[in-house]
Amino acid sequence: MIEIENVRKSFGPLEVLKGINLTVAKGEVLTVIGGSASGKSTLLTCINGLEPIDSGRILVDGVEVHAKSTDLNRLRQKIGIVFQQWNAFPHLTVLENVMLAQLKVQKRSRAEAEAEAVRQLNHVGLAEKLSVYPSRLSGGQQQRMAIARALAMSPDYMLFDEVTSALDPQLVGEVLDTLRMLASEGMTMICVTHEMKFAREVSDRVAFFHKGVMAEIAPPEQLFGAPRDPELQTFLAATH
Amino acid sequence: MFDTALTANDLILLARGAGMTLVVTAISVFFGTILGIVFGVLRYQVGPWWAAPMTFVLDIFRSIPLLIQLVLANAFVTTVLGWRVSGFSVACGVLSLYTAAYCSEIVRGGIEAVPQTLRRAARSLGMTWGQDMRHIALPLATRVALPSWIGLALGVMKDSALVYIVQVVELLKSTQILITRLQEPLFLLMICGLFYFVISFPIARLGGYLEKRWSHD
Repeated sequence: MIEIENVRKSFGPLEVLKGINLTVAKGEVLTVIGGSASGKSTLLTCINGLEPIDSGRILVDGVEVHAKSTDLNRLRQKIGIVFQQWNAFPHLTVLENVMLAQLKVQKRSRAEAEAEAVRQLNHVGLAEKLSVYPSRLSGGQQQRMAIARALAMSPDYMLFDEVTSALDPQLVGEVLDTLRMLASEGMTMICVTHEMKFAREVSDRVAFFHKGVMAEIAPPEQLFGAPRDPELQTFLAATH
Repeated sequence: MFDTALTANDLILLARGAGMTLVVTAISVFFGTILGIVFGVLRYQVGPWWAAPMTFVLDIFRSIPLLIQLVLANAFVTTVLGWRVSGFSVACGVLSLYTAAYCSEIVRGGIEAVPQTLRRAARSLGMTWGQDMRHIALPLATRVALPSWIGLALGVMKDSALVYIVQVVELLKSTQILITRLQEPLFLLMICGLFYFVISFPIARLGGYLEKRWSHD
């Protein structure tokens, strides 16, 4: 379970998270929508401790992320994150990309790591590309590789930060299909996205962020069907 | 021009000089690179303000002519400290620091060229700072820094001619000895240049080879 309690965060004079309260249960798929600079991406990087927070606290399975005593490198193995930029390690093959952290962080044997990497790459449809370098892959393939790389660490939670925003339109579908597959397998996911159709289909709940505040959170039929927050109504009208 | 007094023994003298040049260069580039990586990573990591004192010292090595550094270091070590150290050791020490000063700049630039987002991705997989450095940042920085590093290594090889001042007989000094004796400066300098080329060329080619190997496009 991810518990976010009254989290505040500023970048200089700009407060990007103004007291966020949110709980994500095991097995839940939460999507986060909202305009740019609404704080939704920042929230994800705070959850796995890549960004510090100013006040409040975030608990992942009861462990406080920003407590000094917390071993972040260990906690992060539980929380996979995939970014807008796909971040393939360009000097490693696809297989090595997915094996590296397994070998170095989880100290798995080569055989074990390779088997897991092959399994995950197979899962995201990249079984043919194992020995290829990322520069030979399309953006969509690189993004699917990044997803496999995160999944290979056997995380309990997956965070997706606008993973389709940097892709050419014709490549968006294959990545969303991968996310749909994960959701159907019961992975706990928080997806920051601009894909409203996708949010409506896969989410258990959808949260709308506006200027650092979580303005509304509800199951998709309710949030999209009968939005109450005026900012959300404006936002939905503009995106349809 | 081909009517020369140069003997096989003289050629052996030149080859020995070339060997000395190669040894001094190899030692200096080896230790200079290790030190350069340490200094470069430190300078990158602590930021410009905290790195300022280190940068200042390294700048001294970069801005004072090598010849002066060699003479002063030799005097300092043998007279002030009273150590019984060979000119060879002094030469290697000074050249290593000189190399390190340039190399740290190359390393810092290389690390800066690695996209921050990649390092974030590495850390998000649970990799420690050290694992990120070892497996992501430095390998990628190496690819960026390689051409400059090759240039540095070739530069150090040629600069190593100055170590004659601390009584190390390397390639150029050997040539000068022969010039004094045989009075055939142009011919001997040509041979000397040829020797330099022969020992430099593999290093220059190494750069091309590695660049090709590392490009996956």
